[in-house]
Amino acid sequence: MGLPVRTFDAVIVGGGGAGMRAALELARADLRVALLSKVFPTRSHTVAAQGGVAASLGNIEKDDWHWHMYDTVKGADYLGDQDAIEFMCRTAPEVVYELEHFGMPFDRLPDGRIYQRPFGGHMQEYGRNPVQRACAAADRTGHAMLHTLYQANLKVHTQFFIEWMALDIVRDRDGEVLGVVAMEIETGEIVIFRGRCTLLATGGAGRIFASSTNAFINTGDGLGMVARAGLPLQDMEFFQFHPTGVYGAGVLITEGVRGEGGFLLNKNGERFMERYAPNAKDLASRDVVSRAMATEIKEGRGAGKDADHILLKLDHLGSEVINRRLPGIREIAIKFANVDPVREPIPVVPTAHYMMGGIPANYHGQVVAPGATGPEEVVRGLYAAGECACVSVHGANRLGCNSLLDLLVFGRSAARQIIDDLKRNPHLKPLPDDAADRPLARLARLETQKDGERVAEVQAEMRRVMQAYCGVFRFGDLLKQGVDKIKEVAARAGHSGIGDKSKTFNTARVEALELDNLIEVALATMISAEARTESRGAHDRADHHQRDDANWMKHTLWYKQGNRLDYKPVHGKPLTVEAFEPKARVY
Amino acid sequence: MRFLIYRYNPETDDKPRMQDYDVALEPTDRMLLDALVRIKTLDDTLSFRRSCREGVCGSDAMNINGRNGLACITSVAGLKEPVEIRPLPGLPVIRDLIVDMSQFFKQYHSIKPYLINNDPPPEKERLQSPEDREELNGLYECILCAACSTACPSFWWNPDKFVGPAGLLQAYRFITDTRDQATNERLDNLEDPYRLFRCHTIMNCVEVCPKGLNPTRAIGKIKELLVKRTV
Repeated sequence: MGLPVRTFDAVIVGGGGAGMRAALELARADLRVALLSKVFPTRSHTVAAQGGVAASLGNIEKDDWHWHMYDTVKGADYLGDQDAIEFMCRTAPEVVYELEHFGMPFDRLPDGRIYQRPFGGHMQEYGRNPVQRACAAADRTGHAMLHTLYQANLKVHTQFFIEWMALDIVRDRDGEVLGVVAMEIETGEIVIFRGRCTLLATGGAGRIFASSTNAFINTGDGLGMVARAGLPLQDMEFFQFHPTGVYGAGVLITEGVRGEGGFLLNKNGERFMERYAPNAKDLASRDVVSRAMATEIKEGRGAGKDADHILLKLDHLGSEVINRRLPGIREIAIKFANVDPVREPIPVVPTAHYMMGGIPANYHGQVVAPGATGPEEVVRGLYAAGECACVSVHGANRLGCNSLLDLLVFGRSAARQIIDDLKRNPHLKPLPDDAADRPLARLARLETQKDGERVAEVQAEMRRVMQAYCGVFRFGDLLKQGVDKIKEVAARAGHSGIGDKSKTFNTARVEALELDNLIEVALATMISAEARTESRGAHDRADHHQRDDANWMKHTLWYKQGNRLDYKPVHGKPLTVEAFEPKARVY
Repeated sequence: MRFLIYRYNPETDDKPRMQDYDVALEPTDRMLLDALVRIKTLDDTLSFRRSCREGVCGSDAMNINGRNGLACITSVAGLKEPVEIRPLPGLPVIRDLIVDMSQFFKQYHSIKPYLINNDPPPEKERLQSPEDREELNGLYECILCAACSTACPSFWWNPDKFVGPAGLLQAYRFITDTRDQATNERLDNLEDPYRLFRCHTIMNCVEVCPKGLNPTRAIGKIKELLVKRTV
C-alpha cells in the first residue's frame, strides 16, 4: 500500500484533558508515545469547561467519597456502572491533588487549601444537604486544567503531532487494534501510526445538534472510527441538555453561577425550581432543571417577546463576587447576550452539552464489546477515555464537574493499563495488507465525487433533524419519523462533496471527514432513543413517562452494520461497598 | 455585508490577493466568525482555524480592519465595511488566514512554561494563600492566540530571539507563582539583550489582547526583579 508507517509504543488520539493526562502518565514511564490532535492541544474543548472538578476533599464542609458516589449513582438515574463510579469517586481527591502538584492554579481558601463551590446534585449525607465539592479556578477550570496538562507534558517531552486528524483505526482479522491511519492537515499527507496500544480520547459530539454548547471540533471522531470498525456504541440515547446555554448563541453559562447563588426565573419573576425540586431547587440535577425550564416555556411562562427562554438572575451576588468567581461568565454575557449580569439577568435555554454514551469501556480504559466470552470482551489494543468513552460513570445523566474528573481518573487509569499491557506483551503484530483501505476509500470518494450536495448543507440538515426529533422532550411518533429522516440524511452524506481539492490545509476536506463521524453518532443517538420506551435521566419520553427498571435497566449497544441494537446488563455491584438500589429520584 | 479577505494557496497562487465577498448575513450571524462560516458555505476553499467560538480556545486570531483580534468575539455590527481580514502579521502564511505558529510556540516553550518544584509533593495540595494566588490573575488566563506577539514590532523583527509578549507573560506567571522554585533560573533565562529587553513598551500587546491581559506590565515586573537581583 506504500504509505509511510511510524511506530510507537502507544498512539493517543486527542489532545484534550483525557488524552493529555494519559500522555503524561505514559511519557513519565519512558514509553514512546505519539499524541495526535487535530487542533493545537490547548484548543481542545476541555478548555471551555467552567465550573469545576468534583472531588470530596471536604475543604469547606465535611464530605466523603461515599456521598459523591451516591450522588453520581442517583444523578445517573441508576444506569451508571457502580464499580466504575466507586473507582472514580474514590480516586477523585488523589487526581485533583496531583493536578495541583502539576501547577493547576486553583482558587484558594484563607488557609491556603483549594477553594470548592456548590454544584448541581452535590450533596452531603446521601442526598440530604448541598455540599461544596467543586474544585474551581474561577469559572475557567477547564482552561486552567488543559493548559496545566499541556505544560506538564512539555516538561516530560511528550511527542505531539499537532493538526493531525485520525481517520480510521487499523484492526486485523483477529479483531486486534494496531494503530490508526491519520492525515496531516497542513499537507494532506496520510501516515499509518502503528502502536501496540491505541487510546481514543476524541471528546464529544455535540455538533450533531443545531443548538449546542460544543466547539466546532466536537464531531465524535473516535466514535465514527469505532463504528466503522464494526464495534458498538453504548447508551447513545442519553445526551445531556445543559440548563443554561446563552439564548440564541448556545454558549455555556456554568452551573457554578447557580452554585454561587444565582437562580432561574420565569416571565412572572417566579423562582420556579422551588416547585420542581423543593430541596435542591436550582441545584437539582441537570436533566431535572432542563426539563423544568422546557416545561415552563412549553406552558407559556417563558420570558421575552416570544416567551421562549428563561432568565438567570445573579445580580444579587454583587459585582465583587461576580468579578472574582465568575469573570468569564460576565464576559460571555456581555459579548453573546448583550447584558451585563451585574445588573440584568442572562437569557438562557437548555442546550445540547454532553454525551453520556460513547465507546464501551471498562474502568481500566479498555474498550469492550460482546464476544464469544460474554458481553464485555476486551478489544485487544484499543482503549478509550474521556467524553468519547462510556465507562459508564454518567449513566443516563452526568453530574456537573464529573466530566473533568472523568478525564483525570480514566485518562490516568487507561495509561496505567497500557503500561501493564505493554510489559506483558511488547510484541507488535504485522499490519494487515488492507490496513488503510477504508480511510483511503473515503478520501478517494471525496476526490472524485461529482455533483454532490455540499457538506455544509447536509450537516445543517442533520443538526436540524436531531434538534427537532430528538431534543429535551422526546415523543414516540417523532422519534419514528426522526429515524427515517436521519437515515435519509446519512444517505445524502454518502454523496456529499467538496469544491476544495487542495492538499494544503484543506479544512473543507476535514469537515467532510468529520461529517462521516457525526452521521454515525446521529444515527446511533436517534435509533437508540427510538427504541428505549421509558424515561430515564436525560432521555425523556412523553409517551413513556416513567422509568421502567423491569425492562430497561440495561445498557444499549448500537452497531453501524444494519443499525442493529443489542443490550447488556448494568453493573449494579460496586467494588468494595454496598450497592445503591434503584429508587425514585427526588431532589 | 462586504468583506475583503486575504487569499493565498501556495499550490495555485504565485502571490497573495484580496478577495471581495458580498454576502447576505442572517440575523443570527452576529460575530465575525459566524460571517466567515457563512462565507465558507458559499466558497469552501476559504480556510481559517476555529473551534470553541466563544473566545477561550484561541484558534481564530486574525487581523481585522488592521487590528488583531478573535473573529468569534468580534461583533460584525461594529465593523467598518468592507471588512478587511488578513492573517496575523509577521508569521509565515500556510494558506489564507492560517499562519504557521511554530515560531510563536517555540518562544512560549523556551520559557519553560511549567511548574518547577523539586520537593516531594505533599499528600494533599500545596498550600497557597488567596493573596499569592491572586498574583496569577491576569496571567494564567492567556489563550495562546498570538494576537499580542504578532502585533509587536519587536517580535516582527526578531521572532527567533525576542520571547514576545505572550511568552513573557507566561514567564512571569511562573516566576510569581509561590509554588515555583526556579525563579533565579527563569530570570537567568531572560537576562539577555533580546529575549526580554527587546520590549520597548510600545504596548500594542495590551491594546489587542482579547482577554484584556497586560503583558507589558508583566514584562515590567520581570525587569524590576532583574534590577532587584543585581543590587
